[in-house]
Amino acid sequence: MGPSPCFVVHDPLEPAEKHTDVTTTTRADDIVVRLRDIGKNFPGVIANHDVNIDVAKGTVHAIVGENGAGKSTLMKTLYGVQKPDSGTIEIHGRTVTLSSPADAINAGVGMVFQHFMLADNLTVLENVVLGAEKLHGIGAGARKEITRLSDAYGLAIDPDVLVEELGVGSRQRIEILKVLYRGASIIILDEPTAVLVPQEVDELFANLRDLKAEGLAVIFISHKLDEVLSVADTVTVIRRGTTVDTVEADSVDSRRLAEMMVGAELPSPSTESSTVTDDVALEIRDLRLEAAGRELCADINLTIHRGEILGIAGVEGNGQAELVESIMGMRSGVTGSVVLGGRDMAGSSTRERRDSGIGYIPEDRHRHGLLLDSPLWENRILGHQTTGDAGRRIFIDRARAREETQAIVEKYDVRTPGIDTLARALSGGNQQKLIIGREMSGDPVLLIAAHPTRGVDVGAQAAIWGHIKQARRDGLAVLLISADLDELIGLSDTIEVILRGRLVGTFDPATVTPEQLGTAMTGAGDAA
Amino acid sequence: MSDARLKRVALAIGAPALALIIAFAITSLVLILAGDSVIGVWQQILSVPDVRGVTNILNAATVYYLSAVSVAIGFRMNLFNIGVDGQYRIASFVAAIVAGEAWLPGYLNTLLALVAAVLVGALWAGIAGLLRVTRGVSEVISTIMLNAIATAIVAYLLRKAAVDAEGSNITATKDIPEGSWIPGFSLGSDAPNDVYGFIVVAVVVGFVYWLVINRTRFGFDLRASGASESAAIASGIDVKRMVLVSMLLSGAVAGLVGMPILFGDAHNYGSTFQSGLGFAGIAIALLGRNHPVGIALGALLFAFLDEQANPLQILLDVSPDIVKITQGVIVLTVVIAYEVVRRYGVRLEQSLVASALADDDTDDKGAEVKV
Repeated sequence: MGPSPCFVVHDPLEPAEKHTDVTTTTRADDIVVRLRDIGKNFPGVIANHDVNIDVAKGTVHAIVGENGAGKSTLMKTLYGVQKPDSGTIEIHGRTVTLSSPADAINAGVGMVFQHFMLADNLTVLENVVLGAEKLHGIGAGARKEITRLSDAYGLAIDPDVLVEELGVGSRQRIEILKVLYRGASIIILDEPTAVLVPQEVDELFANLRDLKAEGLAVIFISHKLDEVLSVADTVTVIRRGTTVDTVEADSVDSRRLAEMMVGAELPSPSTESSTVTDDVALEIRDLRLEAAGRELCADINLTIHRGEILGIAGVEGNGQAELVESIMGMRSGVTGSVVLGGRDMAGSSTRERRDSGIGYIPEDRHRHGLLLDSPLWENRILGHQTTGDAGRRIFIDRARAREETQAIVEKYDVRTPGIDTLARALSGGNQQKLIIGREMSGDPVLLIAAHPTRGVDVGAQAAIWGHIKQARRDGLAVLLISADLDELIGLSDTIEVILRGRLVGTFDPATVTPEQLGTAMTGAGDAA
Repeated sequence: MSDARLKRVALAIGAPALALIIAFAITSLVLILAGDSVIGVWQQILSVPDVRGVTNILNAATVYYLSAVSVAIGFRMNLFNIGVDGQYRIASFVAAIVAGEAWLPGYLNTLLALVAAVLVGALWAGIAGLLRVTRGVSEVISTIMLNAIATAIVAYLLRKAAVDAEGSNITATKDIPEGSWIPGFSLGSDAPNDVYGFIVVAVVVGFVYWLVINRTRFGFDLRASGASESAAIASGIDVKRMVLVSMLLSGAVAGLVGMPILFGDAHNYGSTFQSGLGFAGIAIALLGRNHPVGIALGALLFAFLDEQANPLQILLDVSPDIVKITQGVIVLTVVIAYEVVRRYGVRLEQSLVASALADDDTDDKGAEVKV
């Protein structure tokens, strides 16, 4: 990793002019990105203010902060998606105005988004040249350039395979290559490890070190602090829209960083004494899901007792979502039995299953959990039209629904000005707390929690973990699907690993390590 | 909070008002380019109508209203029922035959014909609904095609069912017996014409529409399906069933569109029966934001413009079609204005939430910090 040539401490309380004095050993021309006093206002909200960051060439510069702290707003500014209201951006020593991503690319700034933008049915070469045909053509010239870049940065990319044949790690490397191909010397990576298993993360980090060695600057956005510390040279912490501090990675530990992010100690998931009973709440036998001739899930057998949290680990896209939707009755083509509290649910509609006591925290709360343009109290009714008292009859009892919503808002600490606020206006964490409150209010037998803390900030994460643990103590059976292995290990009583639609191994969270899970998730070793 | 709500109400009224002003400005521009008298045209259109005019406006608005409510039912769940035109024409034709045959006496005959109209309208729209849920055919495509088919069927059958009136080349169904007509009422002793009695039915339809959509579980399911199909499915709503049912309901109301004319004015279905009401309904539903009162205002506005433009040809030698331009532009400007206001509203909410949270944070942050 080596010491960073750039080490600037920004104290938000100090005036900005001071920064030039603080710069110590760094030669001015090493700084490739210099952000000064960047501010961006949205009506009534300050998304960014007084942001000061110096990124030096040949370094990995991490930017960490809670969700909603202003990281994405800042990166959108640097990538030309939106103009700052105040402050200056200097790239390679020149003050620039970035009005569009095209400007940013011309200035040498490239961005790799969390969600890949690749066409599956095209080859690597075709994906890379798409939109950049003028640079090296679309034939031999382009192939030569791709091979050259791939070799120079150790990306190991074959330009002629179809993207659909590639795994997540390779796809990410193609995205990086796309950016390099367009001549970027400053690469922004937005939460690049969110979709990777531990082994792939290691590979990515090796690639980043290669990029760094070639003199590129990498801006690495994340809230996984251990990863940040292992790959970054310099870390800038953002809190509530502004840069709080910039530190050298080897001078801090993750706990200290977390404290800087939230101003409080980081909570962690941890299991307490077992509450698992002998009562079977959910029993799944030989569940199989087929769609359009493809087998999406097969041979799924699992039992969850009251008071037990069963965790499902797996790389995204290995059948977790399909399994959940099969249990919820949202899929056709399901065979096998799903027995909930002694009642076989096969053939029942989603509504019947919900009425029988399944609470559902969906993976994608915007698509499956909320009516974004409806007020909170209407969202309280969603999924419970026939359960709670709010809507058992023909007419919806609006007064009752509003009371219940108010109760959820208070009990689950949903931060909102009122229950007439549109769901869209809330932050992710507060939306999720509302959903959890709603699903728990129906006195469920089984709670299905798919990625319950995805995209929520540290504070809300702790609260959500608390609610899941409370549910377990109250005797609920919980099916927990998560991509966060620490969360799975911390909360579950049993962990099952899913790979290509099949359960391939059972692990005891008390003894398993993330690496062992990662191996099972990729099918690399023999699963237990 | 109440301040913000006041702001929201102001926006809700301000947006269509602004859209109207812009539409009037664009119409004026067209008039100037065509070399017509801008002031003269607006003086006529914006003059106060006489009793006869008011009656005509109310009558036209009644028909528009039913058409727009029919479209709005589909809109509430993201269905684009472009087929109201075909649905009301085929329904009106069938109702005219049933009422003309007079199998039942007096108002029983009327009732039977109305039921027939509702059923035929629902059936015709139901074809589109069924195609959508079983075969995934877009209702936009299928309703447009069904419009063409309805036109052809009605034209074909009209030849068969028509009675030849002496000395006239108008083709029409048998006249409805006078005992089955729906009587109107006049707006004053000096009024030369009557307001359709059917206006009462239109008001009732509007109220039932509001009640079902906003207050019932069914209405909630319908709105949820329209707001987010994926969330609706996850919440246990049978979205396919909702598509079919709302298409049927939309068609049922569409079946009523021609009834005020049939029972209050024309008394038969002929080749001159008013057409194009379904398309006006789409515009008015957009203008009224699918809200029963908004739609009523929109229907009155469109009817007002139609009525006031009628004398333009005689008075100023300007084609009354100029208001069609106004109406078309209104739809465009209104759609834009609503979207702008919607985005502004969301931002307003977000800033409210942010400021509420900022207050929260400063209150309790101090206690949390334990570095």
